[in-house]
Amino acid sequence: MASFNLQINNRQYTVDVEPDTPLLWVLRDELNLVGTKYGCGIAQCGACTVLMNDNAVRSCSLPVSAVGNNKITTIEGLSENGDHPVQQAWDEADVPQCGYCQSGQILSAVALLKRKPQPTDEDINAAMTNICRCGTYIRIRKAIHLAAQKGGKV
Amino acid sequence: MKQASLSRRNFLRVTTLAGGGMMLGFEMLAKALPETVADEVLFSPNAYLVIDPKGIVTLMAPNPEIGQGVKTALPMLLAEELDVDWQKVVVQQAPFDDSKFGNQSAGGSGAVRGRWESARKAGAVARQMLVTAAAQTWSVPESECYTENGFVIHKPSGKKLHYGQLTEKAALLPVPEDVKLKDPKDFTIIGKRVRNVDNKAIITGKPLFGIDTRREGMLFTMVKRPPAFGKKLKSYDDSATLKVPGVKKVVRWKDVVAVLATSTWAAKKGRDALKTEWEDAGPLESTPDHDAAFRKLIYTEAEKPVREDGDAKKALANAKKVLESVYEVPVLSHAPMEPINFFADVRDGKAELYGPTQVPGRCRTDVAKALGIPEENVTLGLPRHGGAFGRKLRSDNAVEAAMISSIAQAPVQLLWTREDDMQGDFYRPSSVFRYRAAIDENNEVNGWYLIAAALNSGRPSIADNFPAGVIPNYRNDAHNLQSNIPTGPWRAPTHNAVAFAEQCFLDEIAYELKKDPVAFRLELLEKAKTPYGNINFNIPRFRSVIELAAKMSNWGVQTPGRYKGFAAYFSFHTYVAEVAEVSVEKGKLKVHKIYAAVHCGQVVNLSGAENQVQGGILDGLGHAWHSALTFDKGAVKENNFHTYKLMRMDDAPPEVEVQFVPSNDPPTGLGEPALPPAPAAVCNAIFAATGKRIRKLPFGPELA
Ligand code: FES
Ligand code: FES
Repeated sequence: MASFNLQINNRQYTVDVEPDTPLLWVLRDELNLVGTKYGCGIAQCGACTVLMNDNAVRSCSLPVSAVGNNKITTIEGLSENGDHPVQQAWDEADVPQCGYCQSGQILSAVALLKRKPQPTDEDINAAMTNICRCGTYIRIRKAIHLAAQKGGKV
Repeated sequence: MKQASLSRRNFLRVTTLAGGGMMLGFEMLAKALPETVADEVLFSPNAYLVIDPKGIVTLMAPNPEIGQGVKTALPMLLAEELDVDWQKVVVQQAPFDDSKFGNQSAGGSGAVRGRWESARKAGAVARQMLVTAAAQTWSVPESECYTENGFVIHKPSGKKLHYGQLTEKAALLPVPEDVKLKDPKDFTIIGKRVRNVDNKAIITGKPLFGIDTRREGMLFTMVKRPPAFGKKLKSYDDSATLKVPGVKKVVRWKDVVAVLATSTWAAKKGRDALKTEWEDAGPLESTPDHDAAFRKLIYTEAEKPVREDGDAKKALANAKKVLESVYEVPVLSHAPMEPINFFADVRDGKAELYGPTQVPGRCRTDVAKALGIPEENVTLGLPRHGGAFGRKLRSDNAVEAAMISSIAQAPVQLLWTREDDMQGDFYRPSSVFRYRAAIDENNEVNGWYLIAAALNSGRPSIADNFPAGVIPNYRNDAHNLQSNIPTGPWRAPTHNAVAFAEQCFLDEIAYELKKDPVAFRLELLEKAKTPYGNINFNIPRFRSVIELAAKMSNWGVQTPGRYKGFAAYFSFHTYVAEVAEVSVEKGKLKVHKIYAAVHCGQVVNLSGAENQVQGGILDGLGHAWHSALTFDKGAVKENNFHTYKLMRMDDAPPEVEVQFVPSNDPPTGLGEPALPPAPAAVCNAIFAATGKRIRKLPFGPELA
């Protein structure tokens, strides 16, 4: 066991875990931030996506020891009241079916919009590699364009 | 007289149970109501709804939400007849209680269809009682009162009371037996676009799913399972496992060894450290063995056909021309995005369970039986599912969790890894279809002979499928290939395979006869008016979707560089016709657009319905494109998403246009029927683009 200081959602956390523990399980099991999901454990599906600084990372494949001082944002910390423009767009486009993949999809979309505030369909294809088993891709695309239109702070 | 009231204390107990102890119901209510009065009387004429004195309306969603939108659609039915403002209702997942809610399962696209009457009646009964209470309060005739947005209004005077003000009086009234339901033209909620009621919780990452369950003292549990079908556990050595920090216990149940720990990661490391010895317990089958057996079976006449009209063999023998094609589909895994899990706390002869099941009734029975305790000692909470697709029609996950909890004497949350899930599924059976069509002197199809074979399946083909009934000489044989690879229902069972084969073969025939595929189908449908044997489809409904899809897609008009394919299919009482528009460049397929015309009776939630149709189409297309699961000596070869591929954004058509044939008939199924025709529509479009027939799925990223 080792102690790690983590900056998550603008808060400071200290956890005592094995250094090879993936960030995903630290979030879910130690900090009760269960919005980040497990889907494959091998960086394939993106259900576990969080933001590290402003980049989308797959937390199932990121050992807690590698997080360091980087700032982590999970779905719970994306906005105070669930009203981040991307969250709003997701609700407006009524994207979710089962909903399980959506926190990962939303954070991937946020990372994309930070890099490219007006993404093309090609940009979306390249950046949005998360799996949605329910097949909500059409509405995800629509929601990303909607969020881009809302512009402002993403 | 039936009881029309409920105390808040009882209500909270019930809703807390439904929320699995996560106090979802309580939290939501407490937020709405600053000071909660435990003994307050609530108006609840039936299990579906509760109205409190402040006018807060809580609607119960009885069936498990697996992504099919039922948690939104069923309360819409209640709200419509109750006449309340949709924005102001609180929707709750009902607890499992079949004495109150009847069949609470999710499967067979049946939840909305099954509750169409009862849910609306439940709302109408409450509304009627509130009207009576108001009329009595004002001493006016009921006929002078009407309801709107949660108020009863006295028309002549304009006096109004909100439902909350009437709860006390209404709770004392007898519950009427017979009530009048709305005329569909007066619907204000049904048929409209309503957003998923859990959107807010989903997009903010609230603990909605079984996997999110957290309880005092709960141990995270992983299991080591047999590495192949046909293997069983001989022995295990847990000495290294028990040294892993955080591991608390190791227990065995049948052929699985469970590692219980204080975190998922510790459980996983503990499991990886287990030494296990397996022994053969049956044949170790491989996919090439199945393929070879299929090839024999489809050339074998069955002793008894599943359907026979006329004499297909004779028609084939006398035909001017015989068309013959063999279609093949692989084994598929359900792979719901949320891996298999269940919470169980078994102690003192009682069991508390919380987790994803599509069949709560059967799940409770199975758990009680396994534990040897009475069913009433098992409570079962119903979380939202991260997808199901049929995987949770069996309660293996709940039983395993319960047995481990019982043996270890600890509350556990069982979690399978994705690899466990893919090795431990009951799969969509692989199947093979050999079709022969006899073309006679008049260029008509007068004979049709299908021999189907499927892996471990009770229904390799669907005997009465179109065009049965329109071909004078029709025969369908079906062979089951016995196997120890478990198979079972996967979204639109059997339809998901046979629709591909049948709709592609119809396209082949149309091409051979130089007929337009849409005109050809309409011509066949016309013949169904004087059927051979029984027909199980409705001709006008079938026709309506074929014509609508053709119209939507401008069928017959060629866009340069784009090619169209058509398929139409009915299942779960719903008719769906689809047109795919594709291009193929250097072997790379692009699906530009899919048009879908659907007849599903009355649409309940337009947004949800469209989402289901789009999702079903992408599900069918994605698997046809990429997915196959194969076995090597009983072990799955594709055990996670790096090898078992699913569709991602870049392959999804940017647009799927959906139109519903307007109808006020009772709703029919919608979770499944859009899936079956999708692979054929796309494969027929690929033929139009390349001249090549695809007869084996998946067709893969590179088209030859
Ligand atoms: S769980 Fe991390 S990518 Fe799938
Ligand atoms: S909404 Fe179900 S996996 Fe994406």
